[in-house]
Amino acid sequence: MSLVHETDYGTPRSKSEKEVTLTIDGQEITVPEGTSIMRAAMEMGTQIPKLCATDMVDAFGSCRLCLVEIEGRPGTPASCTTPVMPGMVVKTQTDRLKKIRNGVMELYISDHPLDCLTCSANGDCELQDMAGAVGLRDVRYGYEGENHVFPKQDGVANLNWLAKDESNPYFTYDPSKCIVCSRCVRACEEVQGTFALTIAGRGFDSRVSPGMQESFLTSECVSCGACVQACPTATLNEKKVIEIGKPEHSVVTTCAYCGVGCSFKAEMRGEEVVRMVPYKDGEANRGHSCVKGRFAWGYATHKERILKPMIRAKVTDPWKEVTWEEAINYAASEFKRIQQQYGKNAVGGITSSRCTNEETYLVQKLIRAGFGNNNVDTCARVCHSPTGYGLGQTYGTSAGTQNFDSVEKSDVIMVIGANPAAAHPVFASRMKKRIREGAKLIVIDPRRTEMVKSAHIDAAYHLPLLPGTNVAIVTSLAHVVVTEKLYDEKFIRERCDWDEFQAWADFVSLPQNSPETVAKLSGVSAEAIRGAARLYATGGNGAIYYGLGVTEHSQGSTTVMAIANLAMATGNIGREGVGVNPLRGQNNVQGSCDMGSFPHELPGYRHISGDDVRHLFEKDWGVTLEKEPGLRIPNMLDAAVEGAFRGIYIQGEDILQSDPDTKHVSAGLEAMECVVVQDLFLNETARFAHVFLPGSTFLEKNGTFTNAERRIQMVRKVMAPKNGYEDWEITVMLSNALGYKMEYSHPSEIMDEIARLTPGFANVSFKMLDERGSVQWPCNDKAPEGSPIMHVNGFVRGKGKFIVTEYVATDEKTGPRFPLLLTTGRILSQYNVGAQTRRTENSMWHAEDVLEIHPHDAEQRGVRDGDWVRLQSRAGETSLRAQITDRVAPGVVYTTFHHPDTQANVITTDFSDWATNCPEYKVTAVQVSPSNGPSTWQQEYEEFSKQSRRILPEAAE
Amino acid sequence: MSHSAPDKLVYMANQIGKFFKSQGEAKTVAGVSEHIKKFWDPRMRSQIYAHIDSGGAGLEPQVKAAIEKLKNAETAAK
Repeated sequence: MSLVHETDYGTPRSKSEKEVTLTIDGQEITVPEGTSIMRAAMEMGTQIPKLCATDMVDAFGSCRLCLVEIEGRPGTPASCTTPVMPGMVVKTQTDRLKKIRNGVMELYISDHPLDCLTCSANGDCELQDMAGAVGLRDVRYGYEGENHVFPKQDGVANLNWLAKDESNPYFTYDPSKCIVCSRCVRACEEVQGTFALTIAGRGFDSRVSPGMQESFLTSECVSCGACVQACPTATLNEKKVIEIGKPEHSVVTTCAYCGVGCSFKAEMRGEEVVRMVPYKDGEANRGHSCVKGRFAWGYATHKERILKPMIRAKVTDPWKEVTWEEAINYAASEFKRIQQQYGKNAVGGITSSRCTNEETYLVQKLIRAGFGNNNVDTCARVCHSPTGYGLGQTYGTSAGTQNFDSVEKSDVIMVIGANPAAAHPVFASRMKKRIREGAKLIVIDPRRTEMVKSAHIDAAYHLPLLPGTNVAIVTSLAHVVVTEKLYDEKFIRERCDWDEFQAWADFVSLPQNSPETVAKLSGVSAEAIRGAARLYATGGNGAIYYGLGVTEHSQGSTTVMAIANLAMATGNIGREGVGVNPLRGQNNVQGSCDMGSFPHELPGYRHISGDDVRHLFEKDWGVTLEKEPGLRIPNMLDAAVEGAFRGIYIQGEDILQSDPDTKHVSAGLEAMECVVVQDLFLNETARFAHVFLPGSTFLEKNGTFTNAERRIQMVRKVMAPKNGYEDWEITVMLSNALGYKMEYSHPSEIMDEIARLTPGFANVSFKMLDERGSVQWPCNDKAPEGSPIMHVNGFVRGKGKFIVTEYVATDEKTGPRFPLLLTTGRILSQYNVGAQTRRTENSMWHAEDVLEIHPHDAEQRGVRDGDWVRLQSRAGETSLRAQITDRVAPGVVYTTFHHPDTQANVITTDFSDWATNCPEYKVTAVQVSPSNGPSTWQQEYEEFSKQSRRILPEAAE
Repeated sequence: MSHSAPDKLVYMANQIGKFFKSQGEAKTVAGVSEHIKKFWDPRMRSQIYAHIDSGGAGLEPQVKAAIEKLKNAETAAK
């Protein structure tokens, strides 16, 4: 193995289709119009010396090292900023060029330390490489003059010298090594879109400055690391590289955080990860990453990881470490006992949206074939199950319609109930880039999120609706489209059922759906609704991106259908730049749905009652399958409380923290006799577990993840599992102990089985993914190259279906006791329940959940910024600190759910989506009042947590 | 909301009913019964049938009709 080297072409690829032929160093080369001379040379294998150019950012032309000579042109133009022209004759190496370059390098090095041997970038430094490339042998100027290198000169403090900034937990900034190439500044602007960095001062005083000469940590920097990646020297360097040294081999793999699914090179030294570097060829992220994926992987080796299996008879007992055999046999015998005693349907399981497709597939197979029932569900129940239902009904597939690249062709981007800047940051960067190029933005969100207004981003419309009024708003947008005749009649007549359209058009045209009426109940002005609708319908390619702010409502599925209707009515489906795109929360939530994790359907979204499909699986698996749908997670918990459900196998999911109405979840878990938790850590759910099976991280296993754009990508093992087994191996052991034989020697065999049984995956294999990098399903004989865009020549279901979406107010209503509406969300540095990110330095940005409250509501209650407040709902109460902000409207409060000690879900209620039972996290009527600190319940919980996590020391031999 | 059957099931069924009612009177009964058949496990269905047998209190008329239809179809199939 060796490092995966990626060629730096110096400037970005030109997307022009027109070609230009020129001659470089006597060799003819043809490249797309708009390509720089530097890039054209690199494409033929000639690297022109360069420092300020790198292909992740636009050419800048400041370092004066990449000069070339062009026949018929005076001077020595910079090859990075000079585009190719037909017939151009270029020389990259002449005596004149050599002299100039040597002189430039000499000047650079005259103000740079010569500590190469002990420098953290030794061997990975472009300045070092260029000194070598131009043959620099001597620096005539000496170091006596003004410089940025030495803290003191002749015993006197050097005012040009700046100390190292080590405030960021993951990287350092050493100004003494900076050559002011501004690659970091441009990466922050062009790639990340945060604009946290600038060059302060002029000439010799020029310095890279985070914010207004702040430290990196206190500036607006979001720690995405693009600057570190762009830096050609040791100025911005990963602390891990400083600590460990240069990596020696690397493996391309897929991030295990959000649904963007960034591709990374895991750069290793032996089995130790040195750093994660986003992979340029990764089609989801195109070489970019966020603070989680690039830096927050330290949890994999965190001391709290559980590496040995454990069991206990009662949840009040301390844990006892046992052998794998003992733990597996105990779990299997308990499941068998429960089934004998209470019936076949008294057990079930939950598949993980964090595990691989192969692992998820095996868990649902174990439940259907091993347990003999369909009591299998997954975390998508609580996030995007309405997407599956809504898009399935209207279009015929349970997934987004576009690839991420599509956003580059969008003219109007509508973001509904999502904050990609926090939850899908890498895609947000791509979206922001397009907006800076001129695309218009509409944001529908109760909060003024970072998407509404940030550096160079200003939404054309922000519709700050009252939580729970999504259906009314989206239907009202349709009202404007229909009544103002802005719909695409040709598209509708060709691709949809015209009669259904007319019935729907009649419905949306009703006065109850007019912006003027909806304004009263949603709090959004009629003009804003009309303006947004007109812009979306007439502004060119319109793309809708939505998140859990759409799905996690009583009418989640209805809103998804309303969105689907709107896109069809305006013809915004079936080509690049348009579409309806759910932003998926977890890394493999799309995959876990594809793999048949829902109780009513087999892999590939086929209902369990269908005889043909069921027989196909029965034949392959050698069992008879139950043809009735099984229990969904909330139904399992209800059944447990009633005594009908007694045992559960949970792989990589923390339902006690992530699911709504914590007290109900704990009551359900408490009522069970055998709870098996397979996870990295003793998570909250494990408080009620009887068997703990230690899981493995994404760094320790082979398999595939499927991201939000249906892209199947390889996850590759870079170290042996510290717990001893990859997660799929554990499921195999459990299944075998249960008496249902599973035999696989490698996850690729599981994928072969999936491909054999699932039409959309028919042509997918590990071999194919190794060759091609990734593929978007469906990938079969009809679409051998996969399907970047769906519904291109018509909808998967045939004709697109318009569905009437009547607004029904949620029963979770405000009143005198609970006058405020709580809505929940995420922040950038933490991920989901925080089990991983809380065990990294990311907690420096977000150490606790806080309650955002409007100054007006705060003042009425005597709450000051930073005060402890009690948050009460009909379901429960908790305490946390208040943050006063006008990001939320009066009457609305907001918090995150990343920390178990806050337990935001004690507050959330049991209301759920009518179609899928997806919980209504986004609307809870609450009251806020000053408090002295954590509630009694939180204190008891903390105490119980400690008790339930006791592990008996191993008995002396 | 109560967590226990049949209250919760009645609530859920009525919620489904509200959606299908908006799809037009003619489609309501068929829509509700198909949805419940596709997504409710047998135990939940038998609980709601038992509730129907004891009067079906709280169920909207069309929802009640839909569940009765489903119940009869299942009994006939047995």
